[in-house]
Amino acid sequence: MELNDLIFKIIFVIAVFAVSLLVAMYSTYAERKVAAFFQDRLGPNRAGPFGMLQPLADGIKMFMKEEIIPTNADKVLFVLGPSLAMMTACMTGVVIPWGSSLIIDGKEYVMQITDVNIGILYVFGVVSVGVYGIMIGGWASNNKFSLLGALRASSQMISYELAMGMSIVALVMMTGTLSVREIVESQPGGHWNVFVQPLGFLLFLICAFAETNRTPFDLPECETELVGGYHTEYSSMKLGFYLFAEYINMFISSAIIVCLFFGGYNFPFISELGLSHNMAAILGTVIFFAKVFFFIFFFMWIRWTIPRFRYDQLMRVGWKVLIPLAVVNIVLTAIYLMWKHDLWNTTLHVSQLNP
Amino acid sequence: MVILSVPADYFPIAIMFVVAIGFVLTTIFATHLLGPKRKSDVKLDTFECGIEPQGNSRIPFSIKYLLVAILFVLFDVEVIFMYPWAVNFLKLGLFGFLEMIVFICLFMLGFFYIIKKGALKWE
Repeated sequence: MELNDLIFKIIFVIAVFAVSLLVAMYSTYAERKVAAFFQDRLGPNRAGPFGMLQPLADGIKMFMKEEIIPTNADKVLFVLGPSLAMMTACMTGVVIPWGSSLIIDGKEYVMQITDVNIGILYVFGVVSVGVYGIMIGGWASNNKFSLLGALRASSQMISYELAMGMSIVALVMMTGTLSVREIVESQPGGHWNVFVQPLGFLLFLICAFAETNRTPFDLPECETELVGGYHTEYSSMKLGFYLFAEYINMFISSAIIVCLFFGGYNFPFISELGLSHNMAAILGTVIFFAKVFFFIFFFMWIRWTIPRFRYDQLMRVGWKVLIPLAVVNIVLTAIYLMWKHDLWNTTLHVSQLNP
Repeated sequence: MVILSVPADYFPIAIMFVVAIGFVLTTIFATHLLGPKRKSDVKLDTFECGIEPQGNSRIPFSIKYLLVAILFVLFDVEVIFMYPWAVNFLKLGLFGFLEMIVFICLFMLGFFYIIKKGALKWE
C-alpha cells in the first residue's frame, strides 16, 4: 500500500466514522420528529430553528451528567459493556461501499474503506460481538431488570441471527460472492436483488429489526415491564453509548439492506444521463444515502405503528416461521437457478472449482 | 475469477478499530472528568422501583435460555456450512444441488425433532 493510499484510507475511515455518528445523532432528532408527526404533536422545536440543535443539546447534556456506577456492580464490566456496544456498532461500517469510485489526477479512489472478500460474514461476525456488549452490561449492573433485559436481548439476537444468516444464503447463491461491493455491482441500473429475492428481503428486514432491538422486537428494553431493560442502571455517556449504538446499528442495517437488496449506489438510467465518471459516482452516493434514509424512516414508521411482541410470540416467529421460510427460500432459489442455467445434466469436474 | 484476500485488505479495519477505541476511551474519560460528583449510598444503590433491593440479583433463570443458546450454536455451525456451497453453487451444478438437498433434509429433520421435543415451547 502506498503512502497516498494510506492517507486516503485514514481520511476515509474518519469520514465514515464521523458520518455514522452524525447520522445517528440526527436519527434521534428525526425519530422524535417522526413520532410527533405520527401522534399529531410538534416534537422538539425549542433548540435552534425547528429544533435542529436538539441532538447537540442532548449530547452536551449526556456529557455533563453525573456518572453513576452502583456499588454492587462489577466496575470493569460495567464500563466495558457500553464501550463494546459502541465499538462494534462503529466497526460494521468498514465493508460498506458508499459509492463507486472517484478519479482524481488519473488515480482511482474506491469509496469503500476496504473490500474484503468475506464482507457479509465480517458484518455478521461483528454484529455477533455486539451481543456481548448488551449481555456484559446487563449482567454487570447486578440489577434484576438489567439481567432479564440482557437475557432477552441475547436470546433474541442469536435466534434471529440464524434466520438472518439463512436469508442471505439464497442471495449469495445468485451472486456467487460474499463481497458486498461485488453484490452491489451485480445489480446494475434497476436490476435490484429485491425483485428476484423478495422473500429473502422480507426475512432479512424482519431480522434486521430484531438485531437492532427495534419495535416490534424491543423487548430487551421494554419500559412497561423492565424499566429500562439492560440499561436501567446506566447514566451519562455510558447510557448515551447504548442509545447511540442502537441508532448507528439502525443506520448500518439500512445501508446493508440497501447494498444487498436495493442496488446500493446503482439506480435506473444512470448510463443514459451522460455524466462524467466522478459526477455519476457522487450522484450514486447521494442516491445511496437517499435509499438509506428511507429505510431509517421505515424503521421509525414501524416503531410508531406496530405494538411489541410477547416473548413467546417473538421466539415462535424467529424459530418456527422465519427459519423454515428461509429454508424454503434456499430450496426455491436453488431450483430456480438450476432451471435458469440449465444445470440438470452437469457433472462435476474438480478443475472447475476455485483453488 | 479468483480473488484472494490479502492481509492489506484487513489493515483499514485495524485503523477503524483504533479510531473507535480512541473515541470510546476519550468520551468515557471526558464524562468522568466533566460530570458532577455528588455520590451518596442511596444514589449508588441498585435500582429496584424505590424499595430496598431484595436478595441477590443474579437469580437462576429459565433453562429455556440455555437451550436456545445451545441450539443456536448447533444450527449456526450448520448455516456456516451453507456459505461455501452457496458461493460455488453455479459451479457445482447438479452434484452440489443434490448434496445440499440431502444436507437440508438432515437439517430440517433435526429441526422438527427439537420442535416435537418441545425445546422451543415458552409456556
